Amino acid sequence: MSSGIASGRRATRLSGRAWVPYAYLAPALLVYGVFLLFPIVRAAQFSLFDWDGLGESTFVGLDNYVTVFQDGQLLEAFGHAFVLIFFFSILPLAIGLLVAAVLNRSTVKGLGFFRTVLFLPQVIAMVVVAVAWRQIYAPDGVLNGTLRAFGLGNLTRPWLGDYTFTLPAVGFVGTWVATGLVIVLMLAGMGRIPREQYEAARLDGANAVREFFAVTLPAVRGEITVALTLTIIAALKTFDLVYVTTRGGPGTSTTVPSYEIYRRAFEIGDVGLAAAVGIVLTIVVLLITTVINRIGDRS
Amino acid sequence: MKVSALERATNYVVLIFFALVVLGPIGVIVSLAFGPQSASVAREGGGIHWENFADAWVIGRFSEYMASSVIVAVIVVVIAVTCSVLAGYAFGVMRFRGSGILFALFLLGIMVPTEAFIVPLYFDMRSVGLTNTVWGVALPQAAMSIAFGTYWMRAYFRSSSLAIIEAARLDGAGSFRILCQILVPMGRPAILTLVLLTFMWTWNEFLIPLVMSPSGAVRTAPLGLAFFQGQYTQGTALLAAGAVLVALPVVVVYIFLQRHFISGVIEGAVRE
Repeated sequence: MSSGIASGRRATRLSGRAWVPYAYLAPALLVYGVFLLFPIVRAAQFSLFDWDGLGESTFVGLDNYVTVFQDGQLLEAFGHAFVLIFFFSILPLAIGLLVAAVLNRSTVKGLGFFRTVLFLPQVIAMVVVAVAWRQIYAPDGVLNGTLRAFGLGNLTRPWLGDYTFTLPAVGFVGTWVATGLVIVLMLAGMGRIPREQYEAARLDGANAVREFFAVTLPAVRGEITVALTLTIIAALKTFDLVYVTTRGGPGTSTTVPSYEIYRRAFEIGDVGLAAAVGIVLTIVVLLITTVINRIGDRS
Repeated sequence: MKVSALERATNYVVLIFFALVVLGPIGVIVSLAFGPQSASVAREGGGIHWENFADAWVIGRFSEYMASSVIVAVIVVVIAVTCSVLAGYAFGVMRFRGSGILFALFLLGIMVPTEAFIVPLYFDMRSVGLTNTVWGVALPQAAMSIAFGTYWMRAYFRSSSLAIIEAARLDGAGSFRILCQILVPMGRPAILTLVLLTFMWTWNEFLIPLVMSPSGAVRTAPLGLAFFQGQYTQGTALLAAGAVLVALPVVVVYIFLQRHFISGVIEGAVRE
């Protein structure tokens, strides 16, 4: 943050009396403090207790955290979250970089229209997306119908009822949602690269591939950081998609941490453990985003 | 840059391919929504079945859910945007003790997932009787939007012209008058983007209304759709029509104001 110098320059006397800035902050701090900050502190407190949500609670120290790292089903849920990161984040980034690099080599008419379309999945409620994909994945749905039409009937399966294929099927919905966003981000970043850099690379005899690695990729580091941050957070907190498509099933093959938090707290009544999972999930999110931003800043 | 005609053609092939990939699933749900509800309806003929929307509206009780969604969205947008403008103003143009730490506290709210605080939030709200009320569903979402909104408005106020503020100051305008009469009118695009993003996030939110209203007293449209899917398993036409109804308000606004959505999500994500 470069606030030091900037705010020095901005030493306006707008705040005539010392309390004025705090008065402007008060409403935001009140709502934000009561309904977000305080509950986070409470979550840390809850996580140290064993409580079923109704009766007495007992202090158990860090036992819930020990459970998080020993409970096979919770560990499995975190494992699934990392599989989803591949589908929500890595795959869209690879596709986005490739497509944007191809498009960036010449001016494309009507790019604005395509950008609007590619970004569309970002504004549709995930529940609607999930309902749509359930229809596509249904045993007699569009996907199996298409496979049969192409004579690939032996590939058809109940996509959301198969132990091996359900997690990738759910993950692919994330790919569908995120890829357009990543393409739009990468196009914005590549659009800012001065044309002269490409001309210079060409004079040096670089081909399209060399051009990509020497000029394009280093220039969009910032956008890659943003894309990874956005999509990894989305992958780690996927709830509605899993809730609507599979409810963690079949078996436990598609459970994720956020779904486990909901299930443990509100269906099973293991409130302290659910709070502990929430804290661990938050730490994972903060760790991953910090690491990505550190690496991205080094440019 | 000179590229071959072949490469230019490739661009369009690539773009059209990805546009179709995006539009395909949307097309599937829209075509199901206009399709026949059952084999017997199909036999009666008629290519486009508009009645699906009316039937979904009634059978799926979407009138009720959409009303809840509108009320919750209005409360969240009004509270979050007002608080964010005021707080962003303080962070953007004023100097005061503790501003760095307080701002870092707001930034934290952008990063923390809902799952981290939803569990204690539910039990504390239940003990003060706020669960199953509109406020119980709206206020936590307002708090989340304030975290982003304060960050967003601060960036706008920092970029606003100091010279104009100083001139108004010399004319004897107080800080509140400067905000209302100069900075807010000038900042309409930034504020509009914040209103749109807050509206979209609130309309699409799932976990908070699910947890904060377990009785279903305040069931918003996305939840209505999820429960409709659970109960109404026969025939997909009504379910698809319901899905279209839930998505439509945001998609319509998006089509007209897409620039604000795209710039908001992308610039908003580029934190300092």
